[in-house]
Amino acid sequence: MNTRSIPDRLQSPLERKVKSWESLLMLVAIGIFVANSFASPYFLNAWNLSDATFNFTEKAMIAFAMALLIISGEIDLSVASIIALASTAMGAAVQMGVGTEGLVLIGLATGLVCGAFNGILVTGLGLPSIVVTIGTMSLFRGISFIILGDQAYRGYPPEFAFFGQGYVWWVISFEFVLFAIIAVIYGVVLHMTNFGRAVYAIGNNPTGALFSGIRVGRVKFILFLLTGLMSGIAAICLTSRLGSTRPSIATGWELEIVTMVVLGGVNILGGSGSIPGVVIAAFVMGLVTFGLGLLNVPGIVMSIVIGALLIGVIALPRLWTMWRTR
Amino acid sequence: MKRRTFTSLVAGLSMAASMMGTTAMAQDDMRIAIVVKALGIGFFEAAAEGAEEAAAELGNVEIIYTGPTDTTAEGQIEVINSLIAQGVDAIAISANDPDAVVPALKRAMDRGITVISWDSGVAEEGRMMHLNPSSTPLIGNTIIKLAADHMPDGGQVAILSATTTSTNQNAWIAAAEEVLPNYPGIELVATVYGDDLSDKSYREAQGLMQTYPDLKAIIAPTTVGILAACQAVSDAGKIGEINVTGLGLPSEMAGCVESGATESFAIWNPIDLGYSATMIAHALATGTDPSGEIPMGRMGSITLDETGSAAMADPFTYDSSNIDQFKDIF
Repeated sequence: MNTRSIPDRLQSPLERKVKSWESLLMLVAIGIFVANSFASPYFLNAWNLSDATFNFTEKAMIAFAMALLIISGEIDLSVASIIALASTAMGAAVQMGVGTEGLVLIGLATGLVCGAFNGILVTGLGLPSIVVTIGTMSLFRGISFIILGDQAYRGYPPEFAFFGQGYVWWVISFEFVLFAIIAVIYGVVLHMTNFGRAVYAIGNNPTGALFSGIRVGRVKFILFLLTGLMSGIAAICLTSRLGSTRPSIATGWELEIVTMVVLGGVNILGGSGSIPGVVIAAFVMGLVTFGLGLLNVPGIVMSIVIGALLIGVIALPRLWTMWRTR
Repeated sequence: MKRRTFTSLVAGLSMAASMMGTTAMAQDDMRIAIVVKALGIGFFEAAAEGAEEAAAELGNVEIIYTGPTDTTAEGQIEVINSLIAQGVDAIAISANDPDAVVPALKRAMDRGITVISWDSGVAEEGRMMHLNPSSTPLIGNTIIKLAADHMPDGGQVAILSATTTSTNQNAWIAAAEEVLPNYPGIELVATVYGDDLSDKSYREAQGLMQTYPDLKAIIAPTTVGILAACQAVSDAGKIGEINVTGLGLPSEMAGCVESGATESFAIWNPIDLGYSATMIAHALATGTDPSGEIPMGRMGSITLDETGSAAMADPFTYDSSNIDQFKDIF
């Protein structure tokens, strides 16, 4: 009689890790790092690399919350406009003499309120999130434009500058530390808690999740709240870094943030993705733009490179499987 | 494992960071960065041309012409950061936001980079000097002179401005009225406001022609007004009788100059502006004392006022002899 052993796993754990998205992205990141080191003599300098982190830390903070939202099958395109509104609210408060602690609270609160507004429209009224947040994208920034017009708020207290310009230790900026802490928190929440499992479950099968006893609406509402909150935190950092507020602040960031999330291996249709992937994607995007900047490549060419990178990294594994299974 | 990939990345980054010292400056050439509001704008491309001209004249100067894709302060800060990293010798910037770029530019100055602003200025603490394309008295004088040049026998002129609250226009008109006595025979009969709206400016110009049948010139110190007035004069069949002049953009005004409704008009010359900014950046980076006279090559020299700014020159005059050269630029 013929005996055939049935493997208890399709792939060995090691093989799975080697072939994972994160490993592929890690290779890309290392490749870019090495290429940059050869392309420009200015790249390998501690202070320059520290400056480079500012290109992505604020966006990445929002990208973590956005990753959870996209995994759950929703999206928030109003994040950059929430930054504008939160920054405007803080600027208005400065004119009334509010101190640094008050400004931070106002920034966080504005983010939470905006996130709650999106969340209510999506989970309460059952509207599609892409439509709702395209609407609030114009709404939130529109309010900033009405309040500020072509004017700017300035005069932030000197201590407020720490959030966007301060250094914790040597070249390690406050923003970078905050980015790392937030990354760890989101990594733990998504990969080690019931809440994280619920997010995956909702993204894969919302109806199934509902009948398994997961409060789908509440989880989604919390995710919108978190995205709003992260936008508020990013608004505090960015406003502090710029030292002034104009309604055009952070224009176009929503697409860069979604790009970061998708490049990090999060399925745009929901259901899968990981925080380490988004972290590496943030570094990849930061390193690419900074490296090209050192070579004085025009911004539009950078956008093309980022776009090509996104399509390339996503298409390659698919092409590879097609070729293998042919 | 997933977390480990993250840690190894951070470890790799910090290891690489600790291995390197300060990178030595390799080039002998002085590198001057011209940072503009956004790439792909004709006005700034022309300024870059002027910068290259200055670099060729100076020798041993490399121009880095750069800027963000769209006119945002964040984009300019990323550009400034990469210029600081490259250790350029000077940055000459036309800022998208006078305040937001200050922290980044301060850091540039801390690291020994000469920073000046031109065209759109930076708040005082964020630059060493600011180069205005022109000044209020120079513009005020120019707009009257443009009209007077084509009125040998004198006559009536009227001003078509933007809004009653436009700070720039009001200052220019006040300066123009001040120099009016220097132009005998020129009589300013009215100042009207078209609110920088094409249709309202057009109607105001029509009104001027009806109220003052002997009107010889309409002066519009606004790019919207001058175009509308030119249209109104053309439609009324008064080309040759009434000369429309003021401040306009060559690309928009080419048709008016061609039809003869406008003999000449003025606006700053971006080529000269880029040239002068480069010359000043070079002078300051090579140790010229900013409190004294700063040379700018073929454009003469300037002295800074108490706010650390200076005006380059009279607005540049455009007429049928040079409009074709500039209409494709801006």
